[in-house]
Amino acid sequence: MAHDVSLQSTGTATLDAPRTGTWDGGNEPFKASYGKLMMWFFLLSDAFTFAAFLTTYGLIRHKHAVFTGEAKDFVFNTAYWPIPDHVFNAFPGLHGVNLPLAFVALMTMILIFSSVTMVLAVEAGHRMDKADVQKWLLWTILFGATFISSQAWEWSHFIHGTEAGTTMADGTVFHGANLAANQYGPVLFADLFFFITGFHGTHVFSGVCLLIWCFIATTNGTFHKRGHYEMIEKIGLYWHFVDLVWVFVFTFFYLV
Amino acid sequence: MAINNPNLPNFSPAVESQGGIGTAPVSHVAHGHGEHDEHEHHDQHWMWKYVFSQDHKQIAKQFLITGMLWAIIGGLLSSLFRLQLGWPEGTMEWLKPVLGHWVEAGKLNPEFYLALVTMHGTIMVFFVLTAGLSGTFSNFLIPLQVGARDMASGFMNMLSYWFFFLSSVVMFASLFLETGPAAAGWTIYPPLSALPQAIPGSGMGMTMWLVSMALFIVSQLLGGVNYVTTVINLRTRGMSMSKLPLTIWAFFLTAILGILSFPVLFSAALLLIFDRSFGTSFFLSDIYIAGQALPNQGGSPVLFQHLFWFLGHPEVYIVIMPAMGMVSEVLATNARKPIFGYRAMIGSLIGISLLSFVVWAHHMFVTGMNPFLGSVFMFLTLIIAVPSGVKVFNWLATLWRGNIRFTAAMLFAIGFVSLFISGGLTGIILGNATLDIQMHNTYFVVAHFHLVMGSSAFFGLFAGVYHWFPKMFGRMMDEKLGYIHFWLTFAGVYLVFMPMHYVGIAGFPRRYYAWTGFDAFSQFADMNKFISVAAILAFFAQFIFIINFFYSIFRGRRATENPWNSTTLEWTTPIEPGHGNWPGEIPAVYRWPYDYSKPGSEADFIPQTVPYSQTQSSNLPYEKDMGE
Repeated sequence: MAHDVSLQSTGTATLDAPRTGTWDGGNEPFKASYGKLMMWFFLLSDAFTFAAFLTTYGLIRHKHAVFTGEAKDFVFNTAYWPIPDHVFNAFPGLHGVNLPLAFVALMTMILIFSSVTMVLAVEAGHRMDKADVQKWLLWTILFGATFISSQAWEWSHFIHGTEAGTTMADGTVFHGANLAANQYGPVLFADLFFFITGFHGTHVFSGVCLLIWCFIATTNGTFHKRGHYEMIEKIGLYWHFVDLVWVFVFTFFYLV
Repeated sequence: MAINNPNLPNFSPAVESQGGIGTAPVSHVAHGHGEHDEHEHHDQHWMWKYVFSQDHKQIAKQFLITGMLWAIIGGLLSSLFRLQLGWPEGTMEWLKPVLGHWVEAGKLNPEFYLALVTMHGTIMVFFVLTAGLSGTFSNFLIPLQVGARDMASGFMNMLSYWFFFLSSVVMFASLFLETGPAAAGWTIYPPLSALPQAIPGSGMGMTMWLVSMALFIVSQLLGGVNYVTTVINLRTRGMSMSKLPLTIWAFFLTAILGILSFPVLFSAALLLIFDRSFGTSFFLSDIYIAGQALPNQGGSPVLFQHLFWFLGHPEVYIVIMPAMGMVSEVLATNARKPIFGYRAMIGSLIGISLLSFVVWAHHMFVTGMNPFLGSVFMFLTLIIAVPSGVKVFNWLATLWRGNIRFTAAMLFAIGFVSLFISGGLTGIILGNATLDIQMHNTYFVVAHFHLVMGSSAFFGLFAGVYHWFPKMFGRMMDEKLGYIHFWLTFAGVYLVFMPMHYVGIAGFPRRYYAWTGFDAFSQFADMNKFISVAAILAFFAQFIFIINFFYSIFRGRRATENPWNSTTLEWTTPIEPGHGNWPGEIPAVYRWPYDYSKPGSEADFIPQTVPYSQTQSSNLPYEKDMGE
């Protein structure tokens, strides 16, 4: 029984060999390289950044009055928080048509699709299939860029506002929104919209830049020579995280 | 101090007469083979070796020296405002050559006084006790004590230092602004910090404070993810989580706290930047300046306090936990006893880490928060006394009947325990919302946190420097100067902060430029003079340390490989380890790090690298059975 080899390999120590269990050192307990672990911890910290912003949103919104009447009677007023259906109801090319949340739903779909193509790029990387990696990266970049462009349109519409505008407390008629005033409701509604969707958009933009860099490196064969496509996996983690955050941002600003 | 010190690199002090029993341990590798010498001898340009180094030991020294420079600046600022507080009627004309227009007609400018306390707090909390303490020792000790060649990513580690350096440059430059540095307190509460027109310090000084802090947070994140990943992935064979020295547990949890709390300060700072520069109203509402209403509506300054203290409270544990870890290590080594309650020590560190995230609002009992919420936070706050108590009693039990060697490091470690108890007891008072309503913003609070996290973290830092100096520079620091430094500092700290409690109970508010306008406080004028004298003397006593430090780097007695007869891995490296730490294979680990004075063993310490087969006479029953 003594010095049984099978015992050693299952993690039991002997008097003169160190233990060899999962957490006994000399290996990677999560079966993840240090680079991947670092990405996870970065995302954890980034999640706290976003959580702080969304908490800020929640608390400030809670501090403001709500519109108490019927939804169909809703009109913009700086005295209460607006109903999102009435703010985000435009669609590019369909002027004057009331389509509540249709455009943002499309944007969200595009971003979710980009996550699917990202998964396919990572999977192609596991197979060391350079051409497939390139193809799916390109789709992901395309979807990501489309999302940012859509957001630019959404912002532009939000900034320019409706033709009618809203009569403000001082009697002037105001169209659209900036950081100090907006036609839709309290100042902070637009402040938070610009700040949080902007911060998220910056993340998407950084993601697209990283993906373009990945595409160039893949084309040059950098990862193929290295023998693995782990870098795509790491950027993929980031990309999925940014998508996930959008789901929360979308819920906070558009749905509730 | 080097008793019984072996010169053989892989000496096993507990080799028994029958030591050669059985097979030779697989990983009992003799050092100095030279097959891994590429880690040591590549001829690098001095620029890459000393300035843009990726070696964790070099980066640690960069953090330490930068931290020391900041500590001198932070201390000087406190001497300045203590002069003002001790002698409010005195003349400051003699400081005019240094302070320039901040001295007007022999008086310190009150705005500048606010800037002094703000910068003192910012510098000490962030630049000295976060970057200087955790940056130095997490960097230095994690790879050495877990048995790794370097940090997981040496490049990111280097970036971490240089972001800290940039952040330091911006903060330092802000001291020389025409309008002065930030002056809204180190907690930078809006609206004072949010409105550039509020006070001179809210202008450019505040902007630079925020820029500097953003860079600092980047540095912290780069360092933090590195420390955590290194501990998870790079432990040597046999180094399970329950064989880690307590230092590593402390650094590990500190890094996790930093990763989770600094981003929230980043959020708060970013929102504040928007309020200041782009006209948003996140923290602003219903404000009048000189009778004029500001347009900002709907924001909440209390929201900022919540966000700030969500970082701010874990931050005090980020400051104190590395000190706790190092003190545990120094106490066990110099008491020649295993640390008492090793697992309880880990458990209490984890407990403190978890609790640190749910107590932040005890800083806000008087900000108009719902009193019910206050009572919840009070309850959670007082629970922290439990893990803190566990730690204190375990340190005392470690000392109990120990074979104590009073090295300079040991004195500072014992001093740490003393200060932590003295400061911790007043924490119980301040944690009670009802009492805190009386005490908040008085010198009682100032005395409390200067003892419990300010001075004691400094003591942990000193203990660490005296203890690991031989590993850092290959030479010993002077013990006699160390004793003098300790006693002057220890006495100084108590002479400064004990009277401050009385002043605080009497109701003296913090951050007041002078109390000469209040008759009720005039009877404390002498006590304030006393505090000021003690504070300035204690500050200048630190130059004994600085002289000792720099003198010893070049002229100190040469260190042996394991001067303190310690069990942990860093003492199995050569006296001055090169990049890569071990010239041969990295040693494997067989036992926990606290086998001091083990019954049955001839030597009073057994390094972690000694297998149980070599220590038959001291093996415990379950250790004897392991091979069966």
